[in-house]
Amino acid sequence: MNFKKNVHFSENLPRLIFGATAALTILSLISIFLFLLISGVGAFKEIGIKEFFLGTNWNPTSFHTPSWGIFSLIAGTLIISILALFIALPFGLSIAIYLSEIASPKMREMLKPLIEMIASIPSVVLGLLGLLFLAPLIAKIFHLSNGLNALTASILVAIAALPTIASICEDTLSSVSLRFREASLALGTTKWTTIKKVVIPAAGSGLVAAIMLGLGRIIGETMIVLMVAGNSRAFPHSFLDPVRPMTANIAIEIKEVVVGSLHWQGLFAIGLTLFLITFVINLLADILVHRRHSYEN
Amino acid sequence: MKKIILFFTILFIGIFAFIFLTQNQSTTPKKESLVIKGSDTEVQLVSNLVEAFLEKNPGADISVTGGGSGVGIAALLNGEIDLANSSRKMEDKELEQAKNKGLEIQEFILARDGLSIIVHPENPIQQLLIDQIAKIYKGEITNWKEVGGKDEKVILYGRQSTSGTYVFFRNFVVQEDYSPEMLNMEGNQAIVDAVKADKNGIGYVGVGYVKDENNQPRSDIKIIPVAQDEKSEAVSPLNSEAVKQGKYPIARPIFQYLPHLPQKNSLLERFLRFEMSEQGQEIIKKAGFFSINEEDEQKNQQFLKNIK
Amino acid sequence: MKIRGYLQEAIYFSIFRGSAFIGITLLFVVLVLLFLPGHSVIDWHFLTSPWQHRDITKGGILPAIIGSLYLGIGVMLISFPLGMGTAIFITEYSKNSFWRKIIQLAIRNLAGVPSVVYGLFGLAVFVNFLSFGTSLLSAILTLSVMTLPWIITASAEALEAVPQKFRETSLALGATHWQTVKKIVFPAAFPGSMTGGVIGIARALGETAPIIIVGATFYLSSLPTSPLDKFMTLPYHTFILATQHSSPYASSYAAGTALVLILLTFLLSLGAIIIRYHYRRKKDW
Repeated sequence: MNFKKNVHFSENLPRLIFGATAALTILSLISIFLFLLISGVGAFKEIGIKEFFLGTNWNPTSFHTPSWGIFSLIAGTLIISILALFIALPFGLSIAIYLSEIASPKMREMLKPLIEMIASIPSVVLGLLGLLFLAPLIAKIFHLSNGLNALTASILVAIAALPTIASICEDTLSSVSLRFREASLALGTTKWTTIKKVVIPAAGSGLVAAIMLGLGRIIGETMIVLMVAGNSRAFPHSFLDPVRPMTANIAIEIKEVVVGSLHWQGLFAIGLTLFLITFVINLLADILVHRRHSYEN
Repeated sequence: MKKIILFFTILFIGIFAFIFLTQNQSTTPKKESLVIKGSDTEVQLVSNLVEAFLEKNPGADISVTGGGSGVGIAALLNGEIDLANSSRKMEDKELEQAKNKGLEIQEFILARDGLSIIVHPENPIQQLLIDQIAKIYKGEITNWKEVGGKDEKVILYGRQSTSGTYVFFRNFVVQEDYSPEMLNMEGNQAIVDAVKADKNGIGYVGVGYVKDENNQPRSDIKIIPVAQDEKSEAVSPLNSEAVKQGKYPIARPIFQYLPHLPQKNSLLERFLRFEMSEQGQEIIKKAGFFSINEEDEQKNQQFLKNIK
Repeated sequence: MKIRGYLQEAIYFSIFRGSAFIGITLLFVVLVLLFLPGHSVIDWHFLTSPWQHRDITKGGILPAIIGSLYLGIGVMLISFPLGMGTAIFITEYSKNSFWRKIIQLAIRNLAGVPSVVYGLFGLAVFVNFLSFGTSLLSAILTLSVMTLPWIITASAEALEAVPQKFRETSLALGATHWQTVKKIVFPAAFPGSMTGGVIGIARALGETAPIIIVGATFYLSSLPTSPLDKFMTLPYHTFILATQHSSPYASSYAAGTALVLILLTFLLSLGAIIIRYHYRRKKDW
């Protein structure tokens, strides 16, 4: 009788402890969404969803009446996202193709970790280098007064997102079954044609997932844009204009708001928007990847 | 796996040893502490004051953070800090909010600032009228040639809305919303750094930021004398006599705010008295700002008298 | 035709090869560009003295280093056990159900949420709701919440990679579920989840945005002795020196601080990579 009890207890205890840990963790993760919602939803009610998302003037501390439209901020995020992706995608894909299809296994072992090390460069360091070196360079090249604009920021953000895109593309490409390649080569095509017409299409959805995850990383970037994007409230018209993405705006204004004020709620509403955008993008990428895995198996 | 655990144990011991060996403060029972937050214009000045103060009052725990006057005032209203640095006066609605929260805001005048207009050294402009400055920052004047300079677009540098300097400059000089094209920089220093690299830039900074560590005007930017109107003489903020006599059009007092009257002989009271002392005023001057004038001093003394 | 095909291949392949090497060079360019303005500033004094405000050349970044160390250790102490425990529960103790998949999906995608949003969460909950204020504790808790999804995902993947055969064999030999987990499954998964953990800490150490929001200080007169004290961190200090300090040496000090920070994160990342490499070598399944 005692024996059975002992077994029971020592089996249930770990289950209890782990269960409690899991419960605590999952609860706190759910509460992220909840707190954002609670703190921010008041803004949607007061400002009105249409005015919030489509108004182009975000000026909560205006001389006259405050205005609460985040469209310029969204445009700022969008411009940087497009530009950074435009730079990081071909770059990342090229690196991935090289690592997975062309490099010798030894090269790959050596180079892949190095590429991943780029991901551990803190973004404040990239921002610092932007201020010290890249911004003056861009100013010189384009004959601008200063280099604090969307282009400078996008280049640095692209560097930050590069390892994500390269790494996941590489994983996807190398997971394409060897048989596909062998069959293609047996038919007499060159290695490049094999890559171009067989491997890449076969990797298809995985590559899309990589792009989306890279995009999520790009959208969420705060420090680089805070330091070099210029932060002007005007609606940007070109890549050489200063921009003010949603992330930087939150980081800038959050410290001056009184808890519970409309400005506070407005910033949380922006945070909520960011949360939903990045969560959905990641979710879609995730579903794509999992569909691939089940397809491959 | 045992190796990994061993590795981490050694790492931990090493880290704790490092921390332990580099701690050279004696363990005193409950320390007095002060939390100061707010104006970026004042943050360096107040940090200097704190550092000097601590030489005479070792063992106290004081922290200073910037972020802008708005940050300080918000923190004050949220009940988080002991002293708020603010380069602008608190607004009525903020005082209302304070009252509603049961606070009795006390105002202390720290120093005087001559808000300086800066441009690139190669900019040929010799002076500007207040009205021109306002139009430039409103976005009505967009080209330097309209005020006698080169045929180039004006690039506006300003602060974030958290900044007391931003608010003061807007309310006092521009008297209108800033042009949305203005680049909102992180702090006074960021504006200086930007303007010194931008031939067509213009910026506004606290006078403490236009002087170098020897209290001489910096050579990498040009400080523009300002005239009230066409008939008045243009005055430079470096001219301390003129500033004291009130001739510089953009002079302002800079403040510190307390949530309540401090207790007699508390760390806070001693710090405030230090700021008013000769040594404190010296530090203020060394930081490039101007010491308080007689009227300010009287107001401060009045406030200090109320402390029981 | 064949020759054209090979020419095309040669061109493209050299583009790809070139990209890879440009990528690697970027890494070194970053280090060199930091080293140039920053290295002259670093010496033993710089690393071990308190911050001097009036003349920054006389002081050092000790408070920032200590702050970052405390932060890293604090985050590790909270997120490692919680994260690994949660992962163990999800993979070993819960049935392979719809809910489990949903939870894993949700957690994986939380890892992609921007750090500034976690900062907002930390502000609302730890600084305000629980009234911890802008202290070391608030920062540790906020960054722990941020690191949790990452650690859970890495640990869960490592656990799921352990072949089912191991578990079945162990149970067949008469071990209990807990004994199986404790002595077979978890040790096998430990290196993998450790790798994830170390990378998570490296990321947390490099974060600035949540720290801006939850609050490090510009000037600190003494090192933090309790979790409720104010603190400084390396990335925030770099940020301040780069954008707000008016000493003419500020940018070289910023570079110097950044150099220390990046060496720290690189060391951790390298450690994680070595663990992973070692583990792959030893793995015999």
